[in-house]
Amino acid sequence: MSGEEFVPLSLTPLLIGVFAAVACALPGNFLLLRRQALIGDAISHVVLPGIVVAFLISGAISAGPMMLGAAGAAVVAVVLIEAIRRLGRIEPGAAMGVVFTTMFAGGVLLLEQTDTSTVHLDVEHALYGNLESLIWLDAIGWSSLLDAEALSNLPVELPRMALTLVGVCLFIAVFWRALKISTFDEGFARTMGIRTNALGLGLVITAAVAAVAAFDAVGSIIVIAMFICPPAAARMMTNRLEAQIGWSVGFAVIAAVVGYVLAGYGPLWLGQQDAVSAAGMIATISGLILALAAVFGPCRSRAGAPAGV
Amino acid sequence: MTVELASIEGQRPDGQEREQDLSKSPLSIRGLTVTYGEKPAVFSVDMTVQPGQMTAIIGPNGAGKSTMLKAALGIVPPVSGRVQVFGRPLEEQRARIAYVPQRASVDWDFPTRVIDVVLMGLYRELGLLSRIRGEHKARAQECLERVGMADFAERQIGQLSGGQQQRVFLARALAQGADLYLLDEPFAGVDAATEKAIISVLKSLRAAGKTVVVVHHDLATVAEYFDNVFLINTRRVAEGPVAEAFTEATLQAAYGGRLATTQVSQLAHKA
Repeated sequence: MSGEEFVPLSLTPLLIGVFAAVACALPGNFLLLRRQALIGDAISHVVLPGIVVAFLISGAISAGPMMLGAAGAAVVAVVLIEAIRRLGRIEPGAAMGVVFTTMFAGGVLLLEQTDTSTVHLDVEHALYGNLESLIWLDAIGWSSLLDAEALSNLPVELPRMALTLVGVCLFIAVFWRALKISTFDEGFARTMGIRTNALGLGLVITAAVAAVAAFDAVGSIIVIAMFICPPAAARMMTNRLEAQIGWSVGFAVIAAVVGYVLAGYGPLWLGQQDAVSAAGMIATISGLILALAAVFGPCRSRAGAPAGV
Repeated sequence: MTVELASIEGQRPDGQEREQDLSKSPLSIRGLTVTYGEKPAVFSVDMTVQPGQMTAIIGPNGAGKSTMLKAALGIVPPVSGRVQVFGRPLEEQRARIAYVPQRASVDWDFPTRVIDVVLMGLYRELGLLSRIRGEHKARAQECLERVGMADFAERQIGQLSGGQQQRVFLARALAQGADLYLLDEPFAGVDAATEKAIISVLKSLRAAGKTVVVVHHDLATVAEYFDNVFLINTRRVAEGPVAEAFTEATLQAAYGGRLATTQVSQLAHKA
């Protein structure tokens, strides 16, 4: 494909897809090892009504109100879970299940009942995002990367997602050692003066920011898939956390690139007319990678488990 | 008297100062109460650990042994109570404490190597960002040698036996270079060779003037291994040198009907 075609039509969605995948996969590694992997799933369910309400109030899809709405929804969710747990005297898992699904359903209902037709905010976009439409119309080829005027018209999702990724990387780089110790052995971490509660909260907030930023660009399916599939596949490739992070980033990038290309051209190769959803294909590829790692990965077995357990 | 003066002048505990405050109790607990839900797990417990000695915390299952240790270390929040380490608040003295948690409290499937676990003991020294250098690795390796695990440095921790995992935890505590060592059930479910290795390391710590406190479950080895004993059953039952505090009467009080009378008198007799 020539630069003239590739840069305006495919470069930006591809980059946004890659950034979103990596930004979710990085914190996903720690969430997975802490047995909190479904937090990504929970976040993307809970924030939907918050984002819709933020849009209804502000009248535009922009990062600030969306983050506020998402954060507000998260707070409401926490309060609801606690209230249901106490009033209903049921276990926290059940209370969470009720709250997450109800809030997501509420968000979908709000979307359907209100007029959001002028913007990319409807049920389909909430699930699949709008990756294919994040094109860079001002670009005429690779030379546009040096053209200030063309660059100023990049889709806003690209710098937003890039900034999110930088933030995620910074958090993990700065707190790497503390995260590793407190994920492995929380009690020991506390005796060394590591504030494990604050750190755990920081990790969840980082994941939430990545999820909300990615949600806007690529929809909740990618978010859910990227929090779990690349880290889980990476865990089966290595027995070292450092290498696991590396593998997970590699898998996230492969899933985003291969998924995007297959979604755009796969149907053509098969003699079909249209393209399929890029977000859906990216999530599918990440699932395939996980399946392959589960069958062929070198570190699949729980080495420490005694025979018969 | 000099100790009193030093603390009045409010000097930092270093150099000669530090030598002096070592004579203060390495760990003193006053009025410690911890609850899980409504029920107290530890109720109004006082404890004064003797410096340079080995103390066993014993009591029946669910008596609050581990909980007391965790609360003293700030791992679980106490309802009330005061903890001082070498005469100062815990927060100021974290660098002087080494801790060995129960082996079963962590997931040994965690993707890391033996040497990396030992290096975690150097966290306070390394801080958030400074790089691990050759000298740090050499020290971690040395700690592994002391527990007889030098050949396992590159192994994934999940590939070790229970006893080997326990020794790795001890090596990590050694790497902390502390003055006070707190161990939670280090002998639980380990092989005889590991038990021997651990007790010999603990004795060498004592010989170097360090203080060792162990949550212990095996009454048969109390007299052989320890200088002092602390009996707990939610409340403090007895505390003191083994010969005085580890008696038929105190064991009966701590364990109630859970030990046969003949068993109790045998154990106490051994002491």
